[in-house]
Amino acid sequence: MKYLVLIYGNPASRSAWAGMSDEQKAAGLRAYVEFNEELDASGERIVSERLAAPELTKQVIVREDRVSTTDGPFAEIKEQLAGVYLLECETQERALEIAARIPEAPYATIEVRPVMGLTGDVGFEL
Amino acid sequence: MIEGLLRELAPQVVGVLVRRYGGFDTCEDAVQEALLAAAVQWPRDGVPDNPKAWLITTASRRRIELWRRDSARQRREEAVYALAPPDPDPAPAVDDTLTLLLLCCHPELTRPSQVALTLRAVGGLTTAEIARAYLVPESTIGQRISRAKQRVKGAAFSLPPEDERPSRIAAVRQVLYLIFTEGHTASAGAEVGRVELTAEAIRLARQLHALLPDDGEVTGLLALMLLTDARRPARVGPGGTTVPLAEQDRSLWDSGAIAEGASLIAHALATAPVGPYQLQAAIAAVHDEAPTAAETDWPQILLLYDLLCQVAPGPMVTLNRLVALAEVSGPAAALAELDALEPSGHYRADVVRAHLLEQSGDRAGAGEYYAKAAQRTLSAPEQRYLESRALRCLSGKP
Repeated sequence: MKYLVLIYGNPASRSAWAGMSDEQKAAGLRAYVEFNEELDASGERIVSERLAAPELTKQVIVREDRVSTTDGPFAEIKEQLAGVYLLECETQERALEIAARIPEAPYATIEVRPVMGLTGDVGFEL
Repeated sequence: MIEGLLRELAPQVVGVLVRRYGGFDTCEDAVQEALLAAAVQWPRDGVPDNPKAWLITTASRRRIELWRRDSARQRREEAVYALAPPDPDPAPAVDDTLTLLLLCCHPELTRPSQVALTLRAVGGLTTAEIARAYLVPESTIGQRISRAKQRVKGAAFSLPPEDERPSRIAAVRQVLYLIFTEGHTASAGAEVGRVELTAEAIRLARQLHALLPDDGEVTGLLALMLLTDARRPARVGPGGTTVPLAEQDRSLWDSGAIAEGASLIAHALATAPVGPYQLQAAIAAVHDEAPTAAETDWPQILLLYDLLCQVAPGPMVTLNRLVALAEVSGPAAALAELDALEPSGHYRADVVRAHLLEQSGDRAGAGEYYAKAAQRTLSAPEQRYLESRALRCLSGKP
C-alpha cells in the first residue's frame, strides 16, 4: 500500500531551524540522509522531497479560461507544507511508525494519507 | 510461446542449481540472468533442442561469474566439480518446485516479500514486470526481493518437517490468492504491458495442485480462481466500470473455466475435509451455474455462508452472508441482523447497508450509504462503481 506523508512546518519550527548553528543544520540533514538510506534499504521509500520556503509559493488560479498567478505565502495559513514522503508499506501501522521517526516530527505536524489504488475486495460483487 | 516456456522452466532450473550448489540467493540471481539471456537469444537464434539444459548450463556459468565476483571479496575456494554444470534431469525434480514455493513463502518473510519472491523465483517474472504489475518502482521490488533472499539465506533447500507442512502450505495458498485478487480487482484499471497477475496466479495454483492433488484446499483455491476469473469478460463495462454480478451478461462467461472449476470443487468436497477456499469456490460455482441471476440458488449459497462463518469467521464473511440472507428471507431480516452487529467501522458495512436499503425500496437511504462508502474505499475502480450506484439511487432513475 502506498501512503503519502505530509510534513507541515509552523512558525515555531521554521524559526527553530533558522536559529540553528551550521553544525546543527548539517546534523539535521545528515539525520535525513540516514533515515532515507534505511528506507531505501527496505524498499519503502518511493520518493521524498523537501520543499523550498513558503515565500516561494505561487498560486495558479484558472477561472473562465483565464490563468492568473499570485505570490505566496498565504498569511492565513500558519502551517505550511515543508516536505513529503511517498512510501510503499505493508501496513498502515508501518507507515505511521515511519512517519513518527521523521527527524522533524518533534517540531512539525505530520499527516499520513492512504493513496488510492486499483484493487479492492474480490469476494464481493454486488 | 517462449515466455510461457521460460516461466514454466524457471522454478525447475532454480531447483536444480540450489540442490547442486546450495546458496539460493546467488542461484536465483543466476537463473534470472539466464532467463533474460534466453528471452533475448531464443527469438533470434531459435529455441535450443533441450531448453532446460541450456538454461541450467547458462545459469551455472553466470553463477560462477557472480560467485567469483563475490569470492574476490571473500577469498574462498570453490571445489572443481562445481564448475561443471549439473545434469539437467536429476531424479526428484518434482519436489523442487514445491520446496521452492515453500521457501519463497517462508514464515520469516512479510506477505509482500513472499509475493514478490514467489513471482520471481517460481513464476519466472522479472523484477521490472512485478513492479509494473504492482505499480511501484522497480527499485522497491528489487530491494524487497534481495532482502527476502538475505533473510532465507540460511534456510535449508528441503521440504519442511511433516508437522510444519500444513501451515507452510497454507501460507503458499494465501500468497497465490493474494496475487490472484490483485490481478482480478485491478483488471478494470489494467494498463497495457501489465503482466496478467490472474493468469500467473492460476498457473502457479495449477502447479501447486499438480504437486499436491489430495490437498482439498489447494484444489478449492484453484477452483475458486477459475470460477471467479470465468466472469472477467463480463465484469468490466464501457469506460472500465465494474458491472455487478446480477447485471453481467452471462453469455460472456468462460464456460470452459466454469466446467473445470465446478468439477474440481465437486471432487474436493467429496474427498477432502472442508475448508474456506472450498466453500468460497462452492459459492462461486452456484453463481456460475445459474443461467440467469434470478435463477441463483440463494438458499444453497446461504447454507454455504453459514458453514463459512463456522469454518473461517470474519467481518467480511458475515457481511457477505447478509446479502445471501436478504435474497432468501428479504432485506428487512438482513437489515435487522446488520443493525444487531457490532459496528465494524468498515466501509463494506455501508456498501451492504446501501444494497439492502436499495432492495427494500429506500433509494434515498441507499444513495446516501453508497456515497458514504464511495468516500472511504481505497480502490479507484470500486469508488467509480459506488459513485455510479449512489447517483442512480439519488437521481431516481431505474
